[in-house]
Amino acid sequence: MDIPSHLKYTAEHEWLEIEGNTVTIGITDFAQSSLGDVVFVELPEDGAEVSKGDHFAVVESVKAASEVYTPISGKVVEVNTELADAPDMVNSNPFGDAWFVKIEMSDAEELEDTLDADAYTAYVEGIQ
Amino acid sequence: MRYLPHTDESRKDMLNAIGAKHIDELYTHVPSETLMSEPLSSLPSHMGEMQVESHIKALAEKNTPTSKLPSFLGGGCYHHHIPASVDHLIQRGEFLTTYTPYQPEVSQGTLTYVYEFQNYIARLTGMDIANASMYDGATAVTEAALMAKRLTKRSNVIVYPCVHPDYIDVLKSYSTHSNGTVELGTEPDENTACVIIQSPNYYGLVFDLKELREKCDAVGAKLVVAVTEIVSLGLLPAPEVADIVAGEAQSIGVPMSYGGPHLGFFACKKQYMRQMPGRLCGKTVDADGKEGFVLTLNTREQHIRRDKATSNICTNQGLCALAFSIHLSLLGETGFKTLAQLNHTQACKLADALESIDGVTLKTESFFNEVTASFPISTELLKDELSKHSIIGGIPVGKTLHSMVFCATELTTDEDIAKLKAAIETILSEHSTNGGLSHAV
Repeated sequence: MDIPSHLKYTAEHEWLEIEGNTVTIGITDFAQSSLGDVVFVELPEDGAEVSKGDHFAVVESVKAASEVYTPISGKVVEVNTELADAPDMVNSNPFGDAWFVKIEMSDAEELEDTLDADAYTAYVEGIQ
Repeated sequence: MRYLPHTDESRKDMLNAIGAKHIDELYTHVPSETLMSEPLSSLPSHMGEMQVESHIKALAEKNTPTSKLPSFLGGGCYHHHIPASVDHLIQRGEFLTTYTPYQPEVSQGTLTYVYEFQNYIARLTGMDIANASMYDGATAVTEAALMAKRLTKRSNVIVYPCVHPDYIDVLKSYSTHSNGTVELGTEPDENTACVIIQSPNYYGLVFDLKELREKCDAVGAKLVVAVTEIVSLGLLPAPEVADIVAGEAQSIGVPMSYGGPHLGFFACKKQYMRQMPGRLCGKTVDADGKEGFVLTLNTREQHIRRDKATSNICTNQGLCALAFSIHLSLLGETGFKTLAQLNHTQACKLADALESIDGVTLKTESFFNEVTASFPISTELLKDELSKHSIIGGIPVGKTLHSMVFCATELTTDEDIAKLKAAIETILSEHSTNGGLSHAV
């Protein structure tokens, strides 16, 4: 199970990469392997305003549809449109090419509720 | 199977187990006005099998089937010929299956005809894809409106008043507890998710859809075309300018059956596939390269997406879709066009006959198999009087307008039309001489 140490994580299995005031969000290796073959990713529109806890995307695999939640509030400033044509990237490279959105944070303090790699590793081991 | 009713003791045990004192406590969430107030003991006493058969037969004989009398009923439910081979073939064992066709290993027969049905509907409507899961035309058109709202992220729907009134009612019912409005016949704007039009419309009129397409494009609204008489697509151009085509396919292979079951259909452009209600059946190959059929794109349905499902249509109108597919395959492309031509020919004769009657005005200029005519007497009265002449008339519309929608199909004979004309002339003559004439429109 790949859990890069430089990222932050949530209990809903999203990963976050923080660069200044912008956060890139995707779903973890554990999430994609649990879902199976991803066939479609429904993403928000560029410029959409999101609040902490909102579901902003839906990942469809062959037999499931799962919502993806944002752990931070802010504005969607970039959407990974390549996922529309190649949703299988979520399976093959969840931490790289298969990022979902970049969000400009409105309240960086919300990041305090996220997990670091060690805490997320322990969390995943606990539910396996 | 033995019938083992619950005893009072077993009922008491079950209620105790869940901590309820009375069975009524299980229904507290149901509005009281919808619960039965009369005790079941008010039902008539039991009867023997022969008595039940006799009783039911007597009740059935109170109906007058359209096969017994000349009938000019249409309006979304049509009297067409169904070859005996359709009834025979739908009962063959190859088509019998388990309850749900979700398991491809046991349901290839079902999946095959679902796939065929989808292809037939897509070709007839000029759309890229079609599903096979709609209850009837009214719910199919409503699902089209809901899909347009999801696609455009807009909330308002415009429906032309000449769409079947039952369809409008269903659309409004669905909209009661959702955001947005349903407006009749207004101009689309930037808040409009879709415009719904029916062609041929409820009064039989055939529309040119190009102008409306341009209006929709100007504001980014979707165009939904409703079709209640699918036989019309054998003669009229496919409504391929639409984004979504939805409606009723009862006319092919499915009897009128006192109004149901019907066979809804739903077709759209490929780019809207992800927001389509229901699921699709696709053709694929297995690990050995053998052709097979599977249900795919299930992820909008409630067994996967739970309360976020974009469609609550799950039941496949399987038997009706099978009857449609068999009947259409027997007709073939040429036969389907010939059937449509026959319908139109008889409707032209019907229109000519109505127009030739003194005091009757034809209101429909361009039509397929239905026409609307206005009369100098109430059409409710006309309907009753026609039944005294052993004729099932058309459908009265707009009580103050004195109009009636008549339908002719391949089952409408020249004699039927002549009988209708003679009867109307007699009725108008009687009501003219006894002072029963009322104002004409």
